[in-house]
Amino acid sequence: MGTYSTNEFRSGMKVMLDGEPCAILDNEFVKPGKGQAFNRVKLRNLNSGRVWERTFKSGESLEAADVMDHDMEYLYTDGEFWHFMEPKTFEQHQADAKAVGDNAKWLKEQDVVVVTLYNGSPLAVTPPNHVDLEIVETDPGLKGDTAQGGTKPATLSTGAVVKVPLFLSQGEVVRVDTRTGEYQGRARD
Amino acid sequence: MTQLPWQASADLSALSARAALLQQLRHFLQQRNLLEVDVPALGRAAVTDPHIDSIAAQVCDETFYLQTSPEFYMKRLLASGSGDIYSLAKAFRNGEAGRKHNPEFTMLEWYRLGWTDHQLMDEVSELLQHCLSLSSIERISYRSLFQRHLGVDPHRASVEQLKSLANQHGEFDWPDSDRDTWLDLLMTHVIEPNMGEGLMLVHDFPASQAALARLHKDSEGELIARRFEAYVGGVELANGYWELCDSEEQAARLERDLSKRAQLNLPQYPSDQCLVAALEAGLPECAGVALGVDRLLMLVSGISDIRQLMAFPFDRA
Repeated sequence: MGTYSTNEFRSGMKVMLDGEPCAILDNEFVKPGKGQAFNRVKLRNLNSGRVWERTFKSGESLEAADVMDHDMEYLYTDGEFWHFMEPKTFEQHQADAKAVGDNAKWLKEQDVVVVTLYNGSPLAVTPPNHVDLEIVETDPGLKGDTAQGGTKPATLSTGAVVKVPLFLSQGEVVRVDTRTGEYQGRARD
Repeated sequence: MTQLPWQASADLSALSARAALLQQLRHFLQQRNLLEVDVPALGRAAVTDPHIDSIAAQVCDETFYLQTSPEFYMKRLLASGSGDIYSLAKAFRNGEAGRKHNPEFTMLEWYRLGWTDHQLMDEVSELLQHCLSLSSIERISYRSLFQRHLGVDPHRASVEQLKSLANQHGEFDWPDSDRDTWLDLLMTHVIEPNMGEGLMLVHDFPASQAALARLHKDSEGELIARRFEAYVGGVELANGYWELCDSEEQAARLERDLSKRAQLNLPQYPSDQCLVAALEAGLPECAGVALGVDRLLMLVSGISDIRQLMAFPFDRA
């Protein structure tokens, strides 16, 4: 892998810092008119999720991290690992609970998700922004109650629990925003 | 097809605010009988300051440099007998891009014959009050500023002391032993964000940061530079000097800069021997200051990103 100098830093770029793969969130150029130039950089440690703030002297560089996002199809979980497949090469990868994290509850078999590989192993799994999931358990729907207001919890096929309007019932498919966990509407076919 | 970012980045109100500010600045200086001068943007020599990088251009098979300020030309005019002058034009600095920087920017620079740095600070305050409403105006030495915010004398503290102070405010683990680097770090990371809203005129810089200012002993016997910086709301707006007029000292500083550039593996540029010759012929005693007009516009308009105030900032140029 190459290196990136501070003036090439862009948000989203993946670099190594203190032996950890990080994503650059923000890069601020700070310079007294007649003095040393600095770059104040915010980075997310991709292993821990923590945000670091570091100041570099402008012109310093960091090693690029071998971190790549890949679109993969989610296959299944065996309880310990979640299995994904590259649709073109059929190559399979297994991600552990640390990589999947809370996103496990949005993974539906055959959905295409983004798997972030670090040195070839899954580091993180990002579901699509919106997923369509079936309600497997909720209080019975109240026919005709389409008024605004009232919601109730519903358990979806993946185990996620979201708040849905009162008129929905078991067996219906709803669209959920995975970034906020909010109900968006009935799934459109 | 991806959409090309052809539109202006500034909206119409920002463009109008810029036009109005340029008029205000010219009006202020014309009323005081300064002559507007228009000097080259391209020169055969470049600034030698290790922290300022010039942009080279090939012109008629020769290497020229886009000027990082009109200073050298203006001093040649002063030595030619121009009297008080100002320039309101573009300056160019390589590698400086961000929320408060653009590689090409608008600079107002003016010179006052027979004035000292303190007289020029008065005029800087007046000019800023003409464009902005200032909640307070304070004049403070570089030493007192560091004592106030960090409890340390910046001229006498050891590099180790400055380094450990910096590390109380963040993580800076460079092996660097250059004291000015640590002073710059403390200034930009600790002091500037806590400077308050008003105008702060900081004067008597360390001699090592003199640039083109003359040196003097202050009341504590410390050799300091008669250089000042104007900050409003912690944003560095202007840099001024009681100008160095000694041609030998000037030539020696250019040489020192070039050897520092060599140490730091920075490009070597031809230094301006015409400037040295002008000083030899006689630069009248004067004080001069350069002000970043785009930064002033940020304060006038309350917009915190310089790119929203330029019709076409660097990334759309």
